[in-house]
Amino acid sequence: MAETVTSNRAFFLLPALIFAVIVGYFLWGLNPARDPSRVPSALVDKPVPAFDLAPLEGTGKPGLQTADLSDGQATLVNFFASWCLPCRAEHPLLMRLAEEERVRLVAINYKDETADAVQWLSSLGDPYARIGVDRSGRTAIDWGVSGVPETFVIDGEGRIRYQHIGPIHPQQLEDTILPLVESLAR
Amino acid sequence: MIPEVGHFAMILALLVALVQGCVPMAGAARGNDNWMALGQPAAILQLLLIATAFFALMQAYVVSDFTVLNVVNNSHSAKPLLYKISGVWGNHEGSMVLWVLILALFGAAVASFGGNLPPTLRARVLSVQAWIAVGFLAFSLFTSNPFERVFPPPLDGRDLNPLLQDPGLAFHPPMLYTGYVGLSIAFSFAIAALIEGRVDAAWARWVRPWTLAAWCFLTAGIALGSWWAYYELGWGGWWFWDPVENVSFMPWLMATALLHSSVVVEKRDSLKVWTILLAILAFSLSLIGTFIVRSGLITSVHSFASDPARGLFILLLLCLTIGGSLLLFAFRAPALKPGGLFAPVSREGGLVLNNLLLATATATVLLGTLYPLFLEALGGGRVSVGAPFFNLTFVPLMVPLVVAMAAGPLLAWKRADLAGVLAKLKLAAGVTVAVGLTTLYLERGGPVLAVLGMALAAWLFFGTLTEWAERVKLLRVPLGESLSRARRLPRSAYGMTLAHAGLAIAIAGMTASAAWKGEVITVLRPGESVELAGYSYRLDGVERLPGPNYTSDTATFSVTRGGRPYVVLRPEKRLYPVQNMPTTEAAIHTTGLRDLYAVIGDPDGAGGWTVRIYHEPLVPWIWIGCLVMVLGGAVSLSDRRLRIGAPTRRARRATMAKA
Repeated sequence: MAETVTSNRAFFLLPALIFAVIVGYFLWGLNPARDPSRVPSALVDKPVPAFDLAPLEGTGKPGLQTADLSDGQATLVNFFASWCLPCRAEHPLLMRLAEEERVRLVAINYKDETADAVQWLSSLGDPYARIGVDRSGRTAIDWGVSGVPETFVIDGEGRIRYQHIGPIHPQQLEDTILPLVESLAR
Repeated sequence: MIPEVGHFAMILALLVALVQGCVPMAGAARGNDNWMALGQPAAILQLLLIATAFFALMQAYVVSDFTVLNVVNNSHSAKPLLYKISGVWGNHEGSMVLWVLILALFGAAVASFGGNLPPTLRARVLSVQAWIAVGFLAFSLFTSNPFERVFPPPLDGRDLNPLLQDPGLAFHPPMLYTGYVGLSIAFSFAIAALIEGRVDAAWARWVRPWTLAAWCFLTAGIALGSWWAYYELGWGGWWFWDPVENVSFMPWLMATALLHSSVVVEKRDSLKVWTILLAILAFSLSLIGTFIVRSGLITSVHSFASDPARGLFILLLLCLTIGGSLLLFAFRAPALKPGGLFAPVSREGGLVLNNLLLATATATVLLGTLYPLFLEALGGGRVSVGAPFFNLTFVPLMVPLVVAMAAGPLLAWKRADLAGVLAKLKLAAGVTVAVGLTTLYLERGGPVLAVLGMALAAWLFFGTLTEWAERVKLLRVPLGESLSRARRLPRSAYGMTLAHAGLAIAIAGMTASAAWKGEVITVLRPGESVELAGYSYRLDGVERLPGPNYTSDTATFSVTRGGRPYVVLRPEKRLYPVQNMPTTEAAIHTTGLRDLYAVIGDPDGAGGWTVRIYHEPLVPWIWIGCLVMVLGGAVSLSDRRLRIGAPTRRARRATMAKA
């Protein structure tokens, strides 16, 4: 094949040039700050989806709706369920957060039985200012939640600023979530 | 002490490789026979040293020496012996030792059996081989030392990833590495030929058996990997176009192209530049695969734990090896003399078409694999490229390839009579139409592609048989003469027939499993049953059983067909407590024409269990086909013409003719 274009020496450089381009991309890809397994949220910097959830009967806390998240104050929205083990692991951290009163914390109870959720909160403590009940999981779909627990940071205008997948680690809370909340408060 | 001996042997191997890389090469340039002759003992010494290192590491695994960090991280005293041994290469550091061991094995094989090579060529091949070894030994020693000690030693190890504790995966990496690394010989021959400035038929004949051996191992390794994915991951699928699968598939495609184009160099002294480029690219893609798997560049279900420092080191190695060889190609290849001319419709023309399609297919897979990285680098966000992309691009490229494959071997060299060839294929065409129509009849409203796929498989299978029948003049001369012709046919001809027929069988399996796979996912309580494709699966119960280093929830399914007992399936869900990781062990019953496949999932907490049942028609044919392909390669490899030593006489003449 290549024999027919022997006259054109540049043609023979082509494989090396293509390889050089690929190496350029590889070099970029080795950047240690890059984590290829992280899935970015499609909803970051978008307004929270419209929803209106009933309160969790038996806790006395009000329900949650879109308007509650755009009253000028930054909020953490935590998706949880009583059947979810990682939520139990995360819970003490949320309790501490509520005691320190550094941020408003609300919750959406995901695909849960009312009695189980109330029992869970009464035995482990209830850190939430408001709790909306999403029994069908419909609202969670609108939020792009892939599983519980997940936590969102919402700014005062009701825009999603950050999505955290999985239980929050204390380090992540101190390094990422709280600094973001503080910068939003300013 | 033994780990230190292993470590020391590896350092010595690096030094020997440095010597082997310089002295024979310089000897070949200066015409110094003694310097050139150093290559052989050096290659064998290097093999002995690396084997010492490898077995030192294996010893640490077998006796569970938990003062060695690598053993702590990847082994456990309660693990069965087979997985203690396979644990040696079930991790990044150990697998690099296996990699260089196989490299040294191939180098020593060239040194021992390459007696018929011209001394300069052999010296240069061994030197190039040694430079590859220098790169990877240095990588191993400086960034991933497998012999690192740990103090104080822990009481027990962290165990091998349970998914890897499987007989299929114990042998998958050695096979695949032998294939990858075997391509280094073709690469070294190509570089040596570029340095010498000469490629001829004898060169092609020397390269071919090595490429063929590498191809056989690569085929077997990929088939074993896909079989493992099929029965171990419990999704009932056998190929996922995952990046790590793709990086093993690309060298295979290139090696296949190389096998075919080197035939043209051997028989017709043509396509030389292209064949050299293929030899370089085939090994380069193996190296890129090694890089992608170990650098964490692209996410995949089964890559090694990544470390950017290692990634940078391998990238540097890639630049030197691939970049250097491609630059050498750019400057030296134009000087290679073009060979014989041929008409578009000819055996050569057919092989060029084969090469074009295989090269395009490789480029497609490469693009699909790297596209997410390209897009992300250009700020386009994160995407993953999956089966839909490859089905749209790769499959259409394979259709003309398979169509041409049946006719190609019937074409004559230089100039062929297409009409005559097609006339010979009438019978095969008839069978193809019949298979297509039967599929259409059985199918009724299913995917059209299934009809096409089954017809293609039939076309290739019967076209290949036609070629064999033509060669032995079946039915045109008395049967006795046909038989004696069949006996006299060279083994390489049988190799081709088997390999092509094997691909046909595999295509039928792939098509059927893609088109007619049946699947139910449901919750069953003990005593309940579910129907799929005429078989009824009753869950009898689930019991907890202990294993050597796991506990197992073993389910029992009674499968009945038409009310009569058919088979009992016992899938397991295992929990490995050391890594706290569950694995599924699917239960598969195969009849050769279909697999009944059952997986037990999690309990629903109310007495029921999630179960997945798959009905997989013709799926065993995929691996039967691969086995036949490997068999074809092995038969061809045993051909007298390719046996080491056989081409001596003619090779000398070819060299003399040049001189």
